[in-house]
Amino acid sequence: MNGLRLALRQVAFENRSMRRNPAASFFTLVFPLIFLVVFTTVFGNRELVVEGGFTTTMATYYVGSIAAYSIINACYTNVAMNVAFALELGQLKRLRGTPLPTWSLLVGKVLHAVLVGFLLVIIVVLFGWLFYDVDVPTRTLPAAIVALAVGAAAFAAIGLAVASMVPNADAAPAVVNGVILPLTFVSDLFFPMEAAPAWLSSFANLFPLRHLALAVRTAFNPFEVGTGFEPMHLAVVAAWGVAAAIFAARYFRWEPKR
Amino acid sequence: MTAATGPGDLAITVRGLRRTYGTFEAVRGLDLDIHRGEVFALLGPNGAGKTTTVEILEGYRPRSAGEVSVLGFDPALGERELRERVGIVLQETVADQYLTVREMVDMYQGYYPHPLDPGHALALVGLAEQASTRVRRLSGGQRRRLDVALGLIGDPDLLFLDEPTTGFDPNARRDAWDMIRGLRSLGKTVLLTTHYLDEAQQLADRVGIMARGRLIALGTPNELMGSGGAAIIEFDLEGAEGIEGAPGLLSQLPEDAIVENGRVVIHSTEPTRVLAPLVTWAAAQGRELPGLRVVRPSLEDVYLDLVRTAEEASA
Repeated sequence: MNGLRLALRQVAFENRSMRRNPAASFFTLVFPLIFLVVFTTVFGNRELVVEGGFTTTMATYYVGSIAAYSIINACYTNVAMNVAFALELGQLKRLRGTPLPTWSLLVGKVLHAVLVGFLLVIIVVLFGWLFYDVDVPTRTLPAAIVALAVGAAAFAAIGLAVASMVPNADAAPAVVNGVILPLTFVSDLFFPMEAAPAWLSSFANLFPLRHLALAVRTAFNPFEVGTGFEPMHLAVVAAWGVAAAIFAARYFRWEPKR
Repeated sequence: MTAATGPGDLAITVRGLRRTYGTFEAVRGLDLDIHRGEVFALLGPNGAGKTTTVEILEGYRPRSAGEVSVLGFDPALGERELRERVGIVLQETVADQYLTVREMVDMYQGYYPHPLDPGHALALVGLAEQASTRVRRLSGGQRRRLDVALGLIGDPDLLFLDEPTTGFDPNARRDAWDMIRGLRSLGKTVLLTTHYLDEAQQLADRVGIMARGRLIALGTPNELMGSGGAAIIEFDLEGAEGIEGAPGLLSQLPEDAIVENGRVVIHSTEPTRVLAPLVTWAAAQGRELPGLRVVRPSLEDVYLDLVRTAEEASA
């Protein structure tokens, strides 16, 4: 109980530190919005009509993808970077010498990332609803929240795993982005993979990103007739999360490699 | 310093400590006792094994062999009870750039069961006026003080200070020394590592000198300087030489005196006995011994001598 209280305190301090860095927090918050604005400007915001006369806008599809991307950016990229820098600066080593339990420290970082991720999703959905006639999921809202939460937890764990492989802070941006960027382009996130060769599609299926993208998009699909849950896709994402957590627990480092 | 020897009086005991990295032996059989309430300085050149030793005591590194007890705990087990009673100041400054001094101390305060009042901790390190300053606006010396405040906030029984003044200008260094002297009056046990001999001399009750993974000398700063043996007596022969009694003066010199470029240098463990006939002679002549100096070797001389001997022995 005490450990949980300490984790929540860490969330508060992480948050204060982030807010004190205006450039970092501004770009974290507007980054997904930039995607939404660019996509609707470049690809247009056509009205889509399906059987039965239901209509929606292209932006509704963009928002689902950008929501998934926001979670990945906040939980994977930011956690991996944050940990890589705290490691380099000796902050993790020093904290390990205090009575603060390890899990409280890491849960605090992850929880803060998850909160930021959900804030990004709320901002982008709200912005889309206000300016691009985006349909906000209602009936499938529980499915959307579950998909985003599973994705947030899994990608935060992957962030910790990658941080434990990064040799030093200078290498962190290259490694962290080098892992995620190629996957972003082959995972149906922003570009449909229909025209892609089958082997590339099979390759993308091995990784959690595409499964998260598809699960979130189903939940954000206004024409979805079911509850919007994608248990198989989420199972793959969760499996990656568990594997990454085990890897991180085994190989997590407290000091930079010298 | 030697009076109390009961185990309850010891903050740290180390027996036969070894640590190897591959084939390299960083620590090669170290024995050490540090008493409660004492300020102990561990000195040594880079690569002597002092950081490895301290990090084993802090619980950061496992040991290859030997027995270690810190406040009655085995630091390798990483028990929370031990971490609650120990303060650590690493070589790196660790505070978050974007938080204020007070927020950093508040953050660390929450980790400990019986912490100091944050305002008190900041006053102890002389940062009370910077409480609401953000860490990134602090000078290097002020950041180091904040690190010490973070080490003290849990009201530890034992404080590790790893090279607390490296990179300081002389003024900041004097200020830091005053601060560390203040810690002694709180009754804390302090284990300090440093490159600076004057720092050890100024602050420590006892000094241990490490080289090549071993403790090569241990004692109070005065004892160590005494163990260096000979004092050095020097004076000029010029001015004395020209006078009638110069041969008389030379006959008073001990056999191992060195006369070089008109200057006499005598190494002696009994400087008073050696000087007596020389001074008597000069007084009888109504002369001065020009340029007379009697010097004790500094801790630095002793240190350099010991380290050189140790390195030659193991080379």
